[in-house]
Amino acid sequence: MRIDYIIIALKSLTQRKLRSWLTMIGIFIGIAAVVALMGLGEGLRGAITGQFGFLGPDVLGVQASGINFAGPPGQAVVNPLTDDLADKIERIPGVDAAINRFIESGTFEFNDKQDIVFAWNVPEGKDRNIFEDMINLKVREGRLLKDGDKFKVVLGDSFTDEDRFGKEIKVGNKVLFNGQLFDVVGILEKKGSFIFDTAVIMNEDVLVNEFRDDNSVNVIAVKVKDLKTIGNVQRDIEQLLRKERNVKEGEEDFTVQSPQNALQSLDQTLFGVQLFISIIAFISIIVGGIGITNTMYTAVLERTKEIGIMKSIGATNQTIFTLFFIESGLLGIVGGVVGIIFGFVLSHGLAFMGRLALGSELIRADISIELVLGALLFSFLVGLIAGTVPAYQASKKNPVDSLRFTK
Amino acid sequence: MKDTIIKLDNVWKTYQMGEVKVNALRGLDLEIKKGEFVAIMGPSGSGKSTAVNMVGALDIPSKGKVYLEKHDISKLSESDLAQIRGKKIGFIFQQFNLINTLSALENVALPMVFQGIERDERLEIGKKLLERVGLQERIYHKPTELSGGEQQRVAIARSLANDPEVVLADEPTGNLDSKTGEVVIKFLENLNKDGKTIIVVTHDANVAKHAHRIEFLKDGKIVKRTKGGTQ
Repeated sequence: MRIDYIIIALKSLTQRKLRSWLTMIGIFIGIAAVVALMGLGEGLRGAITGQFGFLGPDVLGVQASGINFAGPPGQAVVNPLTDDLADKIERIPGVDAAINRFIESGTFEFNDKQDIVFAWNVPEGKDRNIFEDMINLKVREGRLLKDGDKFKVVLGDSFTDEDRFGKEIKVGNKVLFNGQLFDVVGILEKKGSFIFDTAVIMNEDVLVNEFRDDNSVNVIAVKVKDLKTIGNVQRDIEQLLRKERNVKEGEEDFTVQSPQNALQSLDQTLFGVQLFISIIAFISIIVGGIGITNTMYTAVLERTKEIGIMKSIGATNQTIFTLFFIESGLLGIVGGVVGIIFGFVLSHGLAFMGRLALGSELIRADISIELVLGALLFSFLVGLIAGTVPAYQASKKNPVDSLRFTK
Repeated sequence: MKDTIIKLDNVWKTYQMGEVKVNALRGLDLEIKKGEFVAIMGPSGSGKSTAVNMVGALDIPSKGKVYLEKHDISKLSESDLAQIRGKKIGFIFQQFNLINTLSALENVALPMVFQGIERDERLEIGKKLLERVGLQERIYHKPTELSGGEQQRVAIARSLANDPEVVLADEPTGNLDSKTGEVVIKFLENLNKDGKTIIVVTHDANVAKHAHRIEFLKDGKIVKRTKGGTQ
């Protein structure tokens, strides 16, 4: 029988279309804001996790900190890390390997077309395998680099895109990096991470000897032997670096962080932003709820006679309560549905514009089914709560007085 | 009380109007038997409307007892009264009192919704009832698209939805022209012939004369009883 009540409630609402829509605005602005911003936040979080998630939890990144405008991490800082640190770090108990990572930006040329790319190194000797395992480096064509490979590169998947250089780069092609000719020996598997997909990988001695004129290191990747001791290792590295760089505790010009930590702190920032927006959206929804209460009060007053008629033909107090309760719940849930659609369009639209404006693939919207269901449930509940008191008042109306009521 | 369907026994109804207490009914006694056609007449302020409320189980008395088929309903809760009204009594009002957002058919089916009757059955009964009052062509029209006479016929069909024992009409021709009013009265007479108990509250002697019995109400009690004109 409840379906009949829903139909009756719907007919009442559609009879007063404009008022119903105006009432729902408060709800749908709130829900749209929640859905859009949560969706964007989730998308961003998902994208960033995807970019950096390849590194295991047992890896620490050591990096000089300071002002660093666009460019590879750890470069153009006041006091960069030096290449002798890795050996010292490796001597710390609990450290499995410490690997210098050099990242160099430069001009890449193929088929008479140029682009700015980042080249990075693979260490030589025993560290090569450790490093390749650490970042799970695999080729889909050709081979990985080996010791003694001079002027040979392995390229990320994006270089095989015809649109980039006019034609696909294949194993065996020759390419130019900063004016130096290289043979392409391998193409990496596609990972969906810009770090890999846009990579130009060469042996360490080539990168350092040909393209760098100092002993600075961008990042030192430290693999620990046992995940349980990662905290101690981190502390020991910090202590060592403070001594080496002659800085006091609390004034460090470097960071020692696991990628997981970095993600966590980013997560916290995103969560903070999402929480702030959610509070504002929540207030909007509460105001929307008050709007529903107001509309329902008006409806109860206007339809006093109708309540009397229904009671005279057999509607109990509970029936009247249910009818008005459903009506306010519908105002909430329809507001919620419109809000979700609006939020969906808004977040994807904003993400699209963001990608166009910033050229970053990181900006995307991800609206989960949980978010949609949660928003729907919440809007329905707000509608129901907002309608409780008016519906109760309607149910308690005296049939005799109600029948006598004239507008 | 064999054959008695409604009995009001020394019924008083007192309203508090600010500081003053007003007695709308002062010891009303009324007995209506199954299958009767009774008219209740009286001038304005005689307590007619309050009497309708008591007879129709819309209200409970301040004092005295109201029996519907031997059951004392004067102490029942509002929701229990609603259930009884829905099943036992069909209302016809002067203002028609249809729900404007619903079609004629939905209006007729509404009392059955409240009794939990399934949709298909409701629609079937509703269509038959509208056919009975000659509105089979207008079942999907909203009340605002119908004339006064048509609206009152929808109201008559609605009053019969749950096949009640009693049809209670409060000034059923009050808002209709005399010719349409006659049609409505004719319907009530036919219903009575089919075995329904009809109670009409009116101030119009032309309506009352169709009844078996006329009860005259004044100052909240029955002051005279006569037989109806045409019976």
